Amino acid sequence: MKHFFKGVAAASAVVSLLASSAIAEGPKRGGTLVTVLGTNVRNLNSAVQSGIVTGYPGAQLFASPLRYDDSWTPQPYLAKSWDVSEDGLTVTLHLVENAKFHDGTPLTSKDVAFSLDVIKANHPFKSMFAPVQSVDTPDDYTAVLNLSQPHPALMLAMSGQLMSIIPQHIYGDVPIEEVKTHPRNNENVVGSGPFKLVEYKSGEHVILERFDDFFIDGRPYLDKIVMRIIPDPAARAIAYENGEVHMGAFEQLPRIINRLKEVDGLNVTPNGYGGIGPLDWLAFNTTKGPLADVRVRKAIAYAVDKNFVLNALMMGTAADSKTGIHPDSPFYNANVEGYDLDLDKAAALLDEAGFPVKDGTRFSLTIDFGWPDVKPQVEYVKAALKKVNIDVEVRASADFPTWAQRMGTMDFDMSWDTVFNWGDPVIGVHRTYDSSNIAKGVWSNTQGYSNARVDELMALAAVENDADKRKALYAEFQAIIADELPVSPIDMVYLKD
Amino acid sequence: MRVFYAVVLLAAVLVLNFSLMHLAPGDVADTISQSMGGADQEILDKIRADYGLDKPFLVQLGHYIGRVLQFDLGHSFFFNQPVTQLILQRLPATLLLVISAQILALVLGVVLGVYSARKPNSIANYFVTFFSLFGYSAPVFWTGILLLIAFSLKIPWFPVAGMRDVTISGGFWIQFWDVARHLVLPMITLSSIFIALYSRLSRATMMETLGADYIRTAKAKGLSNRQVIYKHALKNSLSPVITQAGIQFSAMMSGAVLVEAVFSWPGLGTLAFQSIIARDTPTILGILFFSALVVIVGNLLTDLALRLVDPRVGGRK
Repeated sequence: MKHFFKGVAAASAVVSLLASSAIAEGPKRGGTLVTVLGTNVRNLNSAVQSGIVTGYPGAQLFASPLRYDDSWTPQPYLAKSWDVSEDGLTVTLHLVENAKFHDGTPLTSKDVAFSLDVIKANHPFKSMFAPVQSVDTPDDYTAVLNLSQPHPALMLAMSGQLMSIIPQHIYGDVPIEEVKTHPRNNENVVGSGPFKLVEYKSGEHVILERFDDFFIDGRPYLDKIVMRIIPDPAARAIAYENGEVHMGAFEQLPRIINRLKEVDGLNVTPNGYGGIGPLDWLAFNTTKGPLADVRVRKAIAYAVDKNFVLNALMMGTAADSKTGIHPDSPFYNANVEGYDLDLDKAAALLDEAGFPVKDGTRFSLTIDFGWPDVKPQVEYVKAALKKVNIDVEVRASADFPTWAQRMGTMDFDMSWDTVFNWGDPVIGVHRTYDSSNIAKGVWSNTQGYSNARVDELMALAAVENDADKRKALYAEFQAIIADELPVSPIDMVYLKD
Repeated sequence: MRVFYAVVLLAAVLVLNFSLMHLAPGDVADTISQSMGGADQEILDKIRADYGLDKPFLVQLGHYIGRVLQFDLGHSFFFNQPVTQLILQRLPATLLLVISAQILALVLGVVLGVYSARKPNSIANYFVTFFSLFGYSAPVFWTGILLLIAFSLKIPWFPVAGMRDVTISGGFWIQFWDVARHLVLPMITLSSIFIALYSRLSRATMMETLGADYIRTAKAKGLSNRQVIYKHALKNSLSPVITQAGIQFSAMMSGAVLVEAVFSWPGLGTLAFQSIIARDTPTILGILFFSALVVIVGNLLTDLALRLVDPRVGGRK
């Protein structure tokens, strides 16, 4: 098999591994794909655990009601069709009639209702299905979702790893809340997807094999998928280069991505990352000290040269991003202030905010970072702010939990942070700006940001079924946050050819 | 007496490390939420309550010690598996790596040491000194990556990562050959430091021994050089090397952490590293418990080996 490397690929919610490899290779049956995971898998049951290492095998083990193409249009998968009622309060799924679980049991609407209960009780993304009150199952192949309010985010949430349909006759033997520690989450997993689990060996590999009774005729094309667990990025890079691994995703070290681009036979692509939407930004604690003044936050945004970050530090592997919504999302609003480098403006804003230069300095701040890969970025921020007479002290964290605790309890001034959109803004965007979500653990509203109009816009957009009106609400939302800057977006990570 | 010390040591390992883990900022709920791309407060609280992390420190410690006394190392928070099962899956890989690296380091170290002791002024001796110092000074992860680039990428003799190739199936010898091929680079990497240590040590003791009176006597008897070296001198020079090997066994276990990380070797080292980052206290304590056991057994074996080469050790009662 010709080997190819995808710098980003099967982004969980949107493009499945299956579809992308089939397009690249043409429909030819057979073969084994060797791909790679960067960390050990905690849980193979993607109905109770989110995250990319669970979703990567999870999207093959489990089918979901819908799939999305790369222009964010829903496609039939387990649901051959679906209707949304006029008032937006009922969503009816018409399921395919030949779907089976890997043990041969037919998949019915009961399993869909059961899976939704399990996801609601255990999955960390509470907002995905919060408005779903109940699921009616008038017959085996019809599932009716009753909502308490219109919920446009539901459509994206019914795809990929976000809504894995799991078998009730296997996972229904314990109370709903305990499915997350079910013994069959890691062994003898029974799914509904195109591949079934052969073996999971902690620290070594996940091996999947073609499910011959898969409901889409003739699919999948591959006989086997081997997912090797290789934590070291340098070792992974060598494995791509010498052909031991055919495909991988979520590589993020610029030096390694650029090196792999040069290798013959490897194909590096950013396509599909919009589905998970990773963004790099500089987070500000807006509740204390000079950073409580919006002019100071703006001055810092003007003093940090995004081009330097993009070209010198990210070495051209990332692209500019202006708001907290990923530029690949249909809701992205590019018509907001981008804060291009302007040291004079920065100095003027700081003077205006009442922080004149005294003995060569205005004030001092700290900056945190959670993982070693972004140390150059925070070192650069320190150097850049020196030019406008702000002293910055870099605070290292021993490891991720140390940093996560500092962020979760708002024990920081500034921090470099990477946050994922996870599809619809309701899932991964609102949490950063919602004033009822302040300081609730890492990746909550760790900025202490609060604006009544922003809260209102998010609440309205969450229930607006009209796509254009929803887009307008998010446009206004982005204009406000780009002006008030609780976070200063720098770039979208791993997102450029 | 020895057994008593061993039990006290194990208890100290557990209590001390439990306290250290408790002092470290952040907990497993934070890392579980990281692996899930974020979670809300309700979920975090639920995780903490499920694992008893919301209880006072002494209560948690008491629970843990109570379970260990019943030979139950508990359930891993992060990996959703019984700790004993998790460790027993990984232990053989680490033992294979550490023991084979130890044997390689001892054999090569002693051979090089003896050789350079015999010809202290030859060019070859300077080579041995140079490579010993080089191997000793270079960080193992760097040596590992360098060997990977040289012998997996530029000259593709060995596989990059892991312990076996899952696409290969066959009888025992095919599997054996497969694992052996995967073992070569990690084994060389891990032993690189220790080869240097053992060769310097055996060179020094060998040179000392060669100056001793009984060696002159042996030579005067008309024994060949070879007989003098291997029958008389080597046996006497070995005991410091073996003592050192016993002491270094624990260093080797910790060196294995880095080597396993570079080569994705599915052993205890990678598991330990990941568990510390994940604040998965039961798993870390379980690993430390098993490692302490391995080191204690290693030390006992060293004593036995010393009795074999040096009758004076056994004679003491």
